[in-house]
Amino acid sequence: MSDLDGFRAEVRAWLEEHAPISLRGRPGDIFHGHWGGRRGGFESPDHERWLRLMVERGWTAPTWPTEYGGGGLSRAQDAVLQSELRRLRLPPPLIGFGLVMIGPTLLEYGTEAQKREHLPPIIRGEIRWCQGYSEPGSGSDLASLQMRAEKNGDGYVLNGQKIWTSYADESDWIFCLVRTDPAAKKQSGISFVLVDMDQPGVTTRPIKLISGASPFCEVFFDDVKALARDVVGGENNGWTVAKALLRHERTMVGEVFARSVMGAEAELLGLAREALGPAEGTLADPLLRDRIVQSAMDERAFMLTIQRIQDAAKTGQPPGTESSILKVYGTELNQRRRELAVTLAGADGLGWEGESYASGHLALTRDWLRSRGNTIEGGTSEIQLNIIAKHVLGLPDGGAR
Amino acid sequence: MKLALNEDQRLIKDSAAAVWKDRGAVERLRKLRDAGDATGFSRALWDELAGLGWLGLPFPEELGGVGLGVTELCLVLEEAGKTLAPEPLLATTLLAGSALLLGDSDAARTTWLPRISAGEVIATVAWQERARRDEPLSCAAVARSAGDGRVSLHGAKREVLVGAQAELIVVVARDEASGQLGLYAVPGDAEGLTATPLVRVDAFPCARIDLDGVVVASDARIGGAELLATVLDRAGIGLAAEALGGMSAAFEMTLGWLRERRQFGVPIGSFQALQHRAARLYIDIELCRSVVMAAARTADQPGVPAAALAQVASLALARTTDTFLRVVDEAVQMHGGVGMTDEHDVGFYLKRARVVAATFGDAAWHRDRWARLAGY
Repeated sequence: MSDLDGFRAEVRAWLEEHAPISLRGRPGDIFHGHWGGRRGGFESPDHERWLRLMVERGWTAPTWPTEYGGGGLSRAQDAVLQSELRRLRLPPPLIGFGLVMIGPTLLEYGTEAQKREHLPPIIRGEIRWCQGYSEPGSGSDLASLQMRAEKNGDGYVLNGQKIWTSYADESDWIFCLVRTDPAAKKQSGISFVLVDMDQPGVTTRPIKLISGASPFCEVFFDDVKALARDVVGGENNGWTVAKALLRHERTMVGEVFARSVMGAEAELLGLAREALGPAEGTLADPLLRDRIVQSAMDERAFMLTIQRIQDAAKTGQPPGTESSILKVYGTELNQRRRELAVTLAGADGLGWEGESYASGHLALTRDWLRSRGNTIEGGTSEIQLNIIAKHVLGLPDGGAR
Repeated sequence: MKLALNEDQRLIKDSAAAVWKDRGAVERLRKLRDAGDATGFSRALWDELAGLGWLGLPFPEELGGVGLGVTELCLVLEEAGKTLAPEPLLATTLLAGSALLLGDSDAARTTWLPRISAGEVIATVAWQERARRDEPLSCAAVARSAGDGRVSLHGAKREVLVGAQAELIVVVARDEASGQLGLYAVPGDAEGLTATPLVRVDAFPCARIDLDGVVVASDARIGGAELLATVLDRAGIGLAAEALGGMSAAFEMTLGWLRERRQFGVPIGSFQALQHRAARLYIDIELCRSVVMAAARTADQPGVPAAALAQVASLALARTTDTFLRVVDEAVQMHGGVGMTDEHDVGFYLKRARVVAATFGDAAWHRDRWARLAGY
């Protein structure tokens, strides 16, 4: 314990001395911050300085080994670092799928050469990654994917299309699931390959969503080259790697939704008081009041479940099956909250754009629309329920996927 | 507050699981029910629970207890709930026990708690008068001055857990002069006290209590409205733990049936329509587990503010009562016709869930209280 206390004192002193004053009190999260990459500009010179300082200590990837530029911290030390960052309400110096998805996967499945090549640029924020999984004909049935990778000399030639690729238009490299053995059955002919997007034949096209935003893209591959050394986990063994990565993704999604549901009660109550009155005392509409309470209780129960999973992990208990519920419950919780928010706002929640609407109300509408995708992206709720039924509850496989 | 079991807690949970299970799960309750047993639970098992220290788990050692808390007691209650054990641990140790433990009277504490811990005294609290919990609590029962510093109690209480068997009944009555609520420790065999057993759907022992001028010494008053609120919240958390056990057992039973029952040539558990419903029940049960653990730990925090305790108790009861009902409804539905038979155990859980939901206020009541506590 005294070791950790010492570490805390050191971290605190270092942050007090080095963390840019202008960034204090401006916390972000894993979807709001500096994404890095070849095209990634900085919001301000202080953001750039903040990244450089943290990179020097390896604290953009605090728990990764120091030999690749990581911080080499234990989980307990990382928890101390994060709590000290929160104390000053500092933004993370760097965010992105390199840090939370492909990096952890390479640490688990990558060769030494792959780690040495790809981890340092992730840690330094030089390369921004995206995830090429879904295809137009392969959504929930991911293993039916058709994108081809054909052997050519000491590499592959890639042809096909990916879809729903988050931020592909701003990314530098993509990790893809491709079919390397068309003769093999489904899962067994798939490889996990890393592809540099800065080459002829790669085309990205953003998809406009019902919310008006375009966080997702289509990515087209037309005779694109990949190197043999960039296959992770061995040829035709990509499905194993893909599943490991999905585990990292699911943990991340749990954290994202933990953040997204926090503070629901205060937000909803504020909207309700504004729309219904009275400002003090019992809300005039008992049914909406009950829905606000339900939302608040759901949020508390969800947050406590996340805490329970974390506390069990800290005591060294093997990870339980509880984490399987985070994706499906967290996303539905966020949807109910967003729905209730636009409901409470009434006609104020109907604006699409324009000066006639308050920006907060416009955001409510867009957030509600965007939230509809939560139960589709990253594995639909239906797929999550299949996983729980089969792998957690041990119910028999009846051919229904 | 750590939401994980330590080594001691895991031992208690494991041995509780073994003790209740060894006695036969629902079969025991079924036999007591069918025999119309006047006690309604097993005195022999009660002595054994005393020997294990569980009747005094949250009491200090100098009062015959073990010096642990609500957290540990909830583990025992959860396991009891799995087998629908009718032993009045909740009424004795958590309702009456909390009233004595946290009340004003040292005399009552030192008189009763060692005897409760030793298994010599069954105890309960008689607080309910209306069919539904209300706030402020309806209390027509009165405490009237009877001279010589004594008071006499008049009125009627309903749904008194183990009321006909209790050797000690903590009665809630309103002081006729001051209008203040009071909790009075009354021996179960006091003159003027009549207990009429109520035969309820769950077959757990319960009674109506009539108080016709029951005279007690004035030092029988062990506390007032604040004490009652705390007592009901602590017991509510214990009941939520019991409900967690009940829903877990009904769910396990249902999963077994889904794997075993075959229709159209395959196990019915292979049908996605049923798989998804089972998965959703699992999610809700896990959320219940988190809130029960958090609520019990909150109750054990020294000096926890009444409002904070009330909030977690309401969270725990709102979720567990609703989820228990949903789980048992689904359990009966998925069992099909066999689930409607008295011969099958699943119906016992359905009936118990209904009683649990109406014991300390249902989910709607607790959601309303949550909003009141939060100022809306």
